[in-house]
Amino acid sequence: MHWRERLIAIVDYGLGNLRSVSKSVEKLDAKAEVTDNPKRIEKADGIILPGVGAFHIGMQNLKRLNLLPVLHEAISKGTPFLGICLGFQILFTQSEEHGICSGMNIIKGKVKRFTHELKIPHMGWNQVRQTIDHRPRTTDLFDGVSDNSYFYFVHSYYAEPEDRNVIIAETEYGHEFTSAINKDNVWGVQFHPEKSGDIGLKVLRNFLSLC
Amino acid sequence: MLAKRIIPCLDVKDGRVVKGINFLNLVDAGDPVEVASIYSGENADEIVFLDITASVEKRSTILNVVKKTAEQVFIPLTVGGGIRSIEDIRLLLKSGADKVSLNTAAVENKNLIEEASEQFGSQCIVVAIDAKRRHKGTEAQRKNLEWEVYIYGGRKPVGLDVIEWAEEVVRMGAGEILLTSMDADGTKDGYDIELTRAVSEAVNIPVIASGGAGTPEHLCLALTEGKADAVLAASIFHYDEYSIKETKKYLKERGIAVRI
Repeated sequence: MHWRERLIAIVDYGLGNLRSVSKSVEKLDAKAEVTDNPKRIEKADGIILPGVGAFHIGMQNLKRLNLLPVLHEAISKGTPFLGICLGFQILFTQSEEHGICSGMNIIKGKVKRFTHELKIPHMGWNQVRQTIDHRPRTTDLFDGVSDNSYFYFVHSYYAEPEDRNVIIAETEYGHEFTSAINKDNVWGVQFHPEKSGDIGLKVLRNFLSLC
Repeated sequence: MLAKRIIPCLDVKDGRVVKGINFLNLVDAGDPVEVASIYSGENADEIVFLDITASVEKRSTILNVVKKTAEQVFIPLTVGGGIRSIEDIRLLLKSGADKVSLNTAAVENKNLIEEASEQFGSQCIVVAIDAKRRHKGTEAQRKNLEWEVYIYGGRKPVGLDVIEWAEEVVRMGAGEILLTSMDADGTKDGYDIELTRAVSEAVNIPVIASGGAGTPEHLCLALTEGKADAVLAASIFHYDEYSIKETKKYLKERGIAVRI
């Protein structure tokens, strides 16, 4: 079955730019379904967890909608999964946003606030340096994307994985931070591919082709 | 490195672009979706729609424009003009806007910025400040530079100091400031660099300079001496005087980080 035939669930947990994400997936001729229904998410061939906003509210909403079990199960059975921005940060063990708040703990590590003197949020187009030297599998998500391409970012917190082997891209803002990760069937990007023009659509297409 | 952003602004009235849009190869010069799409293709970093629709009944047309744009244009879209309430903001974001720009309502209803940033996140709350110099005068007199905040499209002064207001909107949760110099706006003589720098140095959120752009050099000055994080321009792009591409090339040659 071609990936265009497959069902991509875009998880609606009350936060974020769902329309932008669903429109960009539809632009690529894939079947996108914005849903908060665990049964639909369970059936999906690929899952996108988007999101902008506060970490603790995101986790609260995922709990309230009873979506955490189905997301964990989908990830452990190998369904391709892409977290975007807050949806990427939520994959981590915990965030220091709004006190200490636990995340999904799919990726061991912490989400921290930028503490340098630069302006916050980190907002705008920044370069994504692919750390592909020793991990050729990263070509999956960045296939056909030039190294140091610009992507659109909006965030005040950044994720720091314990195991640096999951890092597939880094970006500089005051210091280097992780801008993309991959662990087995799970990908996460701090930037917004759905807002990064043609190059962003290419990243989304690469993810869809894995589904 | 974080790139400086170049942002074209479109005035949209009753769902159509107004003010001379004069592109070659444009089927319908009044279609905001088409114009936004062309700018995106030229590597504009964001698009701003300023809704200048006069009547309240026609407000819903902007939602349709935003919806259609979000289906075809995959860069950030900010919408400003006439936004009064949390509900207005919710509808625009739901239609596909990434940010909303608040101006008059932010001054008249001080809770709005706080409520909006709490509900939707600071990243999508832009506060637009229209600033006018209180004192012109000689170089010596200008040591005490002061700018006053105006609302209702620049018609009503509100007795607020621009720098103080900028600091206050940051405290209330604004994610970005869109700063327009009313003195420079429309002149094409360049941005008000002193104003831009004063606000940019006073706050720790991004500042978009607006008003007065006539040449790529003006954009360059606002980004360097004015310390702006982004520049907004309308007419220099609309009339095809300078394309976004060549403007960015000019900036890059002068050592400014831009997305080419």
